[in-house]
Amino acid sequence: MQRQVALIKQSLFDQGYLDEQFIELEELQDDANPNFVEEVATLYFKDSARLISNIEQALERGSFDFNRLDNYMHQFKGSSTSIGASKVKTECTMFREYCRVGNAEGCLRTFKQLKKEHATLRKKLEQYFQASK
Amino acid sequence: MMNPSQGRGLGSGGGSSSGRNKGGEAVVEMFPSGLRVLVVDDDPTCLMILERMLRTCLYEVTKCNRAEMALSLLRKNKHGFDIVISDVHMPDMDGFKLLEHVGLEMDLPVIMMSADDSKSVVLKGVTHGAVDYLIKPVRMEALKNIWQHVVRKRRSEWSVPEHSGSIEETGQQQQQRGPAVSEDAADDNASSVNNEGNNWRSSSNNSRKRKEEEGDEQGDEDASNLKKPRVVWSVELHQQFVAAVNQLGVEKAVPKKILELMNVPGLTRENVASHLQKYRIYLRRLGGVSQHQGNLNNSFMTGQDASFGPLSSLNGFDLQALAVTGQLPAQSLAQLQAAGLGRPAMVSKSGLPVSSVVDERSIFSFDNSKPRFGDGIGGHQTQQPQMNLLHGVPTGMEPRQLAGLQQQLPVGGNRMSIQQQIAAVRAGHSGMLMPQQQPFPRGPPSIRQPMLPNRITERSGFSGRSSVPESSRVLPTSYTNLATQQHSSTSVAFNSFQQELPVNSFPLPSAPGLSVPTQVRKPHSSSSSYQEEVNSSEAGFATPSYDMFSNRHNDWDLRSIAFDAHQDAESVAFSNSEAFSSSSMSRNNNNNATVAATDLGRNQQQTLSGMVPHHQVYGNGGGGGSSVRVKSERDTAAMAFHEQYSNQEDLMSALLKQEGVAPVVDTEFDFDAYSIDDIPV
Repeated sequence: MQRQVALIKQSLFDQGYLDEQFIELEELQDDANPNFVEEVATLYFKDSARLISNIEQALERGSFDFNRLDNYMHQFKGSSTSIGASKVKTECTMFREYCRVGNAEGCLRTFKQLKKEHATLRKKLEQYFQASK
Repeated sequence: MMNPSQGRGLGSGGGSSSGRNKGGEAVVEMFPSGLRVLVVDDDPTCLMILERMLRTCLYEVTKCNRAEMALSLLRKNKHGFDIVISDVHMPDMDGFKLLEHVGLEMDLPVIMMSADDSKSVVLKGVTHGAVDYLIKPVRMEALKNIWQHVVRKRRSEWSVPEHSGSIEETGQQQQQRGPAVSEDAADDNASSVNNEGNNWRSSSNNSRKRKEEEGDEQGDEDASNLKKPRVVWSVELHQQFVAAVNQLGVEKAVPKKILELMNVPGLTRENVASHLQKYRIYLRRLGGVSQHQGNLNNSFMTGQDASFGPLSSLNGFDLQALAVTGQLPAQSLAQLQAAGLGRPAMVSKSGLPVSSVVDERSIFSFDNSKPRFGDGIGGHQTQQPQMNLLHGVPTGMEPRQLAGLQQQLPVGGNRMSIQQQIAAVRAGHSGMLMPQQQPFPRGPPSIRQPMLPNRITERSGFSGRSSVPESSRVLPTSYTNLATQQHSSTSVAFNSFQQELPVNSFPLPSAPGLSVPTQVRKPHSSSSSYQEEVNSSEAGFATPSYDMFSNRHNDWDLRSIAFDAHQDAESVAFSNSEAFSSSSMSRNNNNNATVAATDLGRNQQQTLSGMVPHHQVYGNGGGGGSSVRVKSERDTAAMAFHEQYSNQEDLMSALLKQEGVAPVVDTEFDFDAYSIDDIPV
């Protein structure tokens, strides 16, 4: 079990899903707060799901309010960065860049990619936490 | 903050380990454990992580996901926190605004953080007075040392300038903290600067206590002087000092010559030197603040400047002076101002209308302070009779005056308009000013609260000081300054302060910073210097300069008043207005504002209350609402100013330029001159 956990974790890092920030979080975990990382991750996914849906709605409207989109994405990036969600963070940055130049097409494409990364990370982390228990 | 109680002492609040209050400098071993941190971030993930990290550092953490809630928490429990960490991007309130508020109202160190690491945002943090800026993801290492900001701030508070000492509430002797002050300044660039600002503003209990402890260090300096161990820089004394400095030229003023000119028996060169140092810091702060304000306030200005510009400057002063003296009823003042400006009458209680415009705010801040003076002073009021009403009222503004002013301000359009306004106001006021000048009680010198940002800081510097109730310090000069200074909101504010503050007091930190430099150059009597500038710029305002003289004392008074006011009110309104200009003033203003004491008699408080939460008074008392903006402006300016202190003006200018902020103000004001480094001691 331990080994499995270690393997999952290792692959997450190797594949760039997570970065050293995640390790920082793990270091905060101790006997008094044994599930800290999982709690944070849960909170993150809950909050980011909300953000994703907001962005989705904004994009569907077709009006492309880049400012607003950028704001959403800024938040998304902030929380993704905080838990060490590396790939997600990269997509966020790209999305914001497209917003900055007003490239709607780029935004849509990047957003799709972002959702994909987000979903993948979620699944993997769920596996990880399951295995850790 | 001035509260007599311990203020924010680290451990003062709930059994923290610091135990500093007890005494002394020694920090309790447990420190920084128990540091009370307030974290504000709308991102729940980050909030949770930060809380965990801070708890691991053994700090006491309070989480908050909304800025408004954080502010109310802070207001309810002014001494309940030692430091605030806030995110920049928040839905309900901009992080910088919160920063300003906290700096003005509570004078707590604030750390900004964001995933955004672009230079412009970081710069904004600096200019708004943040003690630090963290880039997300925040790491433990970064959080482990945040306690240093608390200590730093406290230290600066302790070293309250000597004059403040005399005014100190506690009556403790003011230590001649010249050397200490300079040390602080020298050591930390921004921090020390802020600290200085804080000193002015917040010489509250903490500082007092500290002073005692630290007084010994400086005792030597005073030992050789008068019979008293410390020199109390009374309003008159300061006035003489400022006059001497102006005569020599701020940049060229050396303690020896100043001493000679002053010809005060028992005063030593050391006394003068340390006082000069503080004065220079103050000037710098003013200059810096004004600049920023100018820059930053663009937004503010736009909204209000047109109407307020002129009004504020004039109104602020005149009205304030009047208010202070009690002559001008707060309401009238407010009305006048409002009328003139077309804004809502923000009159501070004392009757000084609060200028909504940033610049104006600064002016108004004076106003606030002014009334305070009056109050504090004991009611000079009679003198100022009603004239004031007009002062504040922009109605008197003359377009041409404005035009003249415009020339002066090369700064962004906003500024100009304000200047113009100020000029106009001045024009209108000039007539009015004159009579009042004298009667103005020496405004609470304390008003000067260090404008600087939270560390803004700066504000607190005065808290202790002032008490000198000199009576109406209203600085007549301030008016003049305003007119000329209009440059930036700060300048306006500054002017107002000046007027309100008697020559003696250091130029109010409020915006006038800008104005100060220019004006200081002139040999006018201390505060008059400002006036001179102003006068020159505004032909019509000649008279104000005289006022300055008489008002010299105002500064000091203002300060003191500021402090008093500070204590009183928690004026929420002020929080907004915290106009940096007079850090101390703003503090007081804040208090006043809330206090909104309608009775002028209430000294300091009055001034503030009059201020009305409307955005006006940014300057000293910080008008109400908009004050927030002002505050930031001011703080920023103050901050900017601090930057300059470190002789980094060029850097600042460069940065500001990059950021699109016109550093014009900076250059115009010659703050350099006042850099502490130049002070020959």
